[in-house]
Amino acid sequence: MRLNELKAHELLPMIRRKEVSVEEVVAAILHRISAIDSKIRAYITVAGEEALKKAKEADARLAGGEPARPLEGLPVAIKDNICTQGLRTTAASRFLEGFTPFYDATVVERLKDKGAIIIGKTNLDEFAMGSSTENSAMFPTRNPWDLKRVPGGSSGGSAASVIAGEAVCALGSDTGGSIRQPASFCGIVGLKPSYGLVSRYGLIGYASSMDHIGPMTRDVRDCALILGAIAGYDSKDSQSYPGELPDYTECLVPDIKGMKVGVPKEYLDEGLSGTVRDAFMKALDKLEELGAKVVEVSMPSLKHSLAAYYVISSAEASSNLARFDGVRYGYRATGSDDSMTMMAMSRGEGFGPEVKRRIVLGTYVLSAENYDKYFGEALRVRSLVTRDFREVFEVCDCLVGPTSPTVAFEAGEKTRDPLEMYLSDVYTVPPNLAGIPGVSIPCGFDEEGMPIGLQIMARQYNEEALLRAAYAFEQATEFHKRNPEIEKYTKEPAGGEMSV
Amino acid sequence: MSITKEDVERMSILARLELSEDEQSLFAEQLSEISRIIDSLAEVDTEDMDEMIFPSELGNVFREDTVLPSADPEEALSNAPDREDRFFKVPRILEVD
Amino acid sequence: MFEPVIGIEVHVQLKTESKLFCPCSTRFDAPPNSNTCPVCLGLPGALPVLNKKAIEYGIKTSLALNCRVTESSRFDRKNYFYPDLSKNYQITQNAFPIGADGYIDVVVDGTERRVRIKRVHLEEDAGKSVHEGGTITGAAYSLEDYNRAGVPLLEIVSEPDIRSPKEAYEYLLMLRRILLYLGVSDCKMEEGSLRCDVNISIRPKGSDKFGTQVELKNLNSFRAVERSLEYEVRRQSDVVANGGEVVRETRHWDEASQVTVSMRLKERAEDYRYFPEPDLPKLKIEKAWVEEVKTTLPELPGARRMRFISDYELPQYDAALLTDTRELADYFEAAVREYDGSAKTVSNWIMGELLRLMNATGTEIGEVKVSPGDLADMLKMIDKGTISGKIAKTVFEEMFAEGKSPEVIVKEKGLVQIADEDELLRIVDQVIGENQEVADEIKAGKDKAIGFLVGQVMKLTRGRANPKMVNELLRQRLSQ
Repeated sequence: MRLNELKAHELLPMIRRKEVSVEEVVAAILHRISAIDSKIRAYITVAGEEALKKAKEADARLAGGEPARPLEGLPVAIKDNICTQGLRTTAASRFLEGFTPFYDATVVERLKDKGAIIIGKTNLDEFAMGSSTENSAMFPTRNPWDLKRVPGGSSGGSAASVIAGEAVCALGSDTGGSIRQPASFCGIVGLKPSYGLVSRYGLIGYASSMDHIGPMTRDVRDCALILGAIAGYDSKDSQSYPGELPDYTECLVPDIKGMKVGVPKEYLDEGLSGTVRDAFMKALDKLEELGAKVVEVSMPSLKHSLAAYYVISSAEASSNLARFDGVRYGYRATGSDDSMTMMAMSRGEGFGPEVKRRIVLGTYVLSAENYDKYFGEALRVRSLVTRDFREVFEVCDCLVGPTSPTVAFEAGEKTRDPLEMYLSDVYTVPPNLAGIPGVSIPCGFDEEGMPIGLQIMARQYNEEALLRAAYAFEQATEFHKRNPEIEKYTKEPAGGEMSV
Repeated sequence: MSITKEDVERMSILARLELSEDEQSLFAEQLSEISRIIDSLAEVDTEDMDEMIFPSELGNVFREDTVLPSADPEEALSNAPDREDRFFKVPRILEVD
Repeated sequence: MFEPVIGIEVHVQLKTESKLFCPCSTRFDAPPNSNTCPVCLGLPGALPVLNKKAIEYGIKTSLALNCRVTESSRFDRKNYFYPDLSKNYQITQNAFPIGADGYIDVVVDGTERRVRIKRVHLEEDAGKSVHEGGTITGAAYSLEDYNRAGVPLLEIVSEPDIRSPKEAYEYLLMLRRILLYLGVSDCKMEEGSLRCDVNISIRPKGSDKFGTQVELKNLNSFRAVERSLEYEVRRQSDVVANGGEVVRETRHWDEASQVTVSMRLKERAEDYRYFPEPDLPKLKIEKAWVEEVKTTLPELPGARRMRFISDYELPQYDAALLTDTRELADYFEAAVREYDGSAKTVSNWIMGELLRLMNATGTEIGEVKVSPGDLADMLKMIDKGTISGKIAKTVFEEMFAEGKSPEVIVKEKGLVQIADEDELLRIVDQVIGENQEVADEIKAGKDKAIGFLVGQVMKLTRGRANPKMVNELLRQRLSQ
């Protein structure tokens, strides 16, 4: 069995049947990390010792006859803007380089309670602001399919770790596409759930009204499995959805006959690259072939989504990031003898350029003279986008479009022009504005072998439709079975084999 | 609309964010570029639209008035850059609010 | 001639068990940073969850202050940096305060004045900075304690309707009285659970324009508010009378020298960048909820005062004093219920003996050991002639100190009034015998001297003799 092809839904029964020990699994993952992560750089912190300890404890419990918990022994990577008790959590910022929370995010607590083992913390664009993981203050992460390219962002580390076999599953966060876009760039499944479906408690806030945590996995079944493990009401997040949730693995029926799939024509604009368009068109054919009814729809407000997104996200970020002042935790600049200067210097030295740029922009759009013109207007546009989605979902069961206008771009290609970087989020931000779920699944490869993602969207809290469509498509295609040749990056054995 | 270096400087004061001269100039230039996108908001007809703060219809989400144990003060202070006894220690405060 | 235009902002800490957005205790004197958690420390990833009780208190107070309760309300963020503000934004209500457009009626020198309430809103308190070295600017460093961070505050803002320092004082007293009646706050200025800021300007009497506002800070008592305003009226009047202009500024009340001092702050145009708090869903305070809270409202001091006058036929003065606190008014009414005599008698005893003893011993009404029933029993004993009014004062002091019932005290100390004619006659004869000269004078017509003999009988009986009977018996004997 090749480790980097192993899915959670395959691994867990093996552990349950004691065909493999948890320690073996964790050791294999750790071996893989030590063999290749110097090239990929998916992890900021690897919790090797603790993971092995937990693995041994799990094995001992299983040997003692205790029943396996739902995710017993599953190695999971956590994006480093999600708080982990006793494990450094940096948000890839110099500001939090030495920060160790004494509390777990709710999602981490839930994964641990179900038996998952935290392998480590993955790299991201600082405070999740970016689309390439190049804004990390630590180091950039590379795309396992081609080390010259970016893995996407901001959950680039999580996406890379999964496709490179450095974790079986990972959690990412998505404020404007940060789960779906790197999933697309790395050829995995990444789901941004409905707003409030998964608790945000413990996720370092970027834009509260658009922040989401979601699974990043190798296939749709794993996605449903992890989503089920982390979703559900949490009293610590006031925006948490209080409704009953289905068993997401039960909606994985490869049948979409008669399903109405809408294609917003605004997703096929001039910014879309030819190869992505081709792959997307083929995906539409496949959906039709499977019995779905594909219809073109129009959502004129979508073209203003990006503007509304940048105004709202920057505004909220400027406030959410105010707490990083060097008083209670985090980086404190030296050389100032009064608190106000200390705070300004700590922030100036502790934050990277993208973070500072967005704080300035957010402060600007919230300032008294600009509030209505920018922030108020963005909130009204958001209403419009949400209304458009609502209307479309009266006709369609789900919407599809490309996840990103391009495949993974080369490192350094867009770092100098923030605007161009922002434009790569154009297809992923609308679901964040409206709080509807979106998933990216592999739907092709370009001529250079880089993966292409298909985005599926559904109405709020209808993750079932999303997963069903995604599953049907996946089961009818082979894209999710392709893997990058990790072994070429190292002379040592890359931990690809596990004796089972 | 273009964002000037002075705008950036004013924002950096409000946001307690020390920026070098170079950063101020660079941000002014980059944000002016970005403002080209956000200025397009003005073109949208939103007359009948309410301001949508978040994509959730929830209302009246409360907790009961019950005390639960606080953090251990040592935990609370565990990431403090500087402390004295059980206080967070900061340089003197010149401005009075 | 100038008249002052005064507006007052009061912040009161709400008496909830836990903080506004997290389950940490609101206890006042806990060790530094022991009532803190990720939420109130502003740690990364922590989120606020609203305390329902605080909203109920907000509705209750709004109703008591005759405000309109806002049906669609919400919280906003007020963004500014300060080391004791753990998130560097305060969660407050800017756009949609929980209550608005109310009023309270205040009695100043016997006339009722209406002060309008502009708004009532909820917000979180900040932590506390301890400036080492005494003064803020002279300090070498500061120490931060976040125990207070997140404690619920209610801000109550008056319209600039107040026209004298005395009126400001009475407004604050009435406001505090109402809040204490409601039980929503301790209103202890010394512990910081009630704080006030005052704005004052002056204008020629009769003008409807507003002058330049001066804000007063460091007001640590209601008296300080009154005195600082008196000072400020004089100061501003002098400035204008001398052809000067009042400067818009914040001034600090110096209690020791009884003057206001300019804080000479550089004028910084703040822009708080208020925006709706995205971490908290909206507040929908529907009519049914408001009605439900309304049923929990106690009778408020103004209404109770009026009722005391009409129901118990008490003088205005008595009614005002007895309704000063809810507990005292309750005490009075409980005693009246147990007593079959006049309410004024109860009022006299409470205002006279009870309040005197409470003041002398620093006792709060809640700690008083004399139950209203015991007070009523004691008054009944006077009416029945079991004890004299004079003895009753002694008995009451004993009741106040020991908490025993009047019957027990009277029995233990043998204080029952001597109304037995034979026994009294024996004593009267003894006194006449011992004071033959005085007796003779009386017989000779010096009637006034009889008081001396009565006094002697009372002395011998340690006050227990029925004075009326003693008088009669003495006259009877001396006329023989």
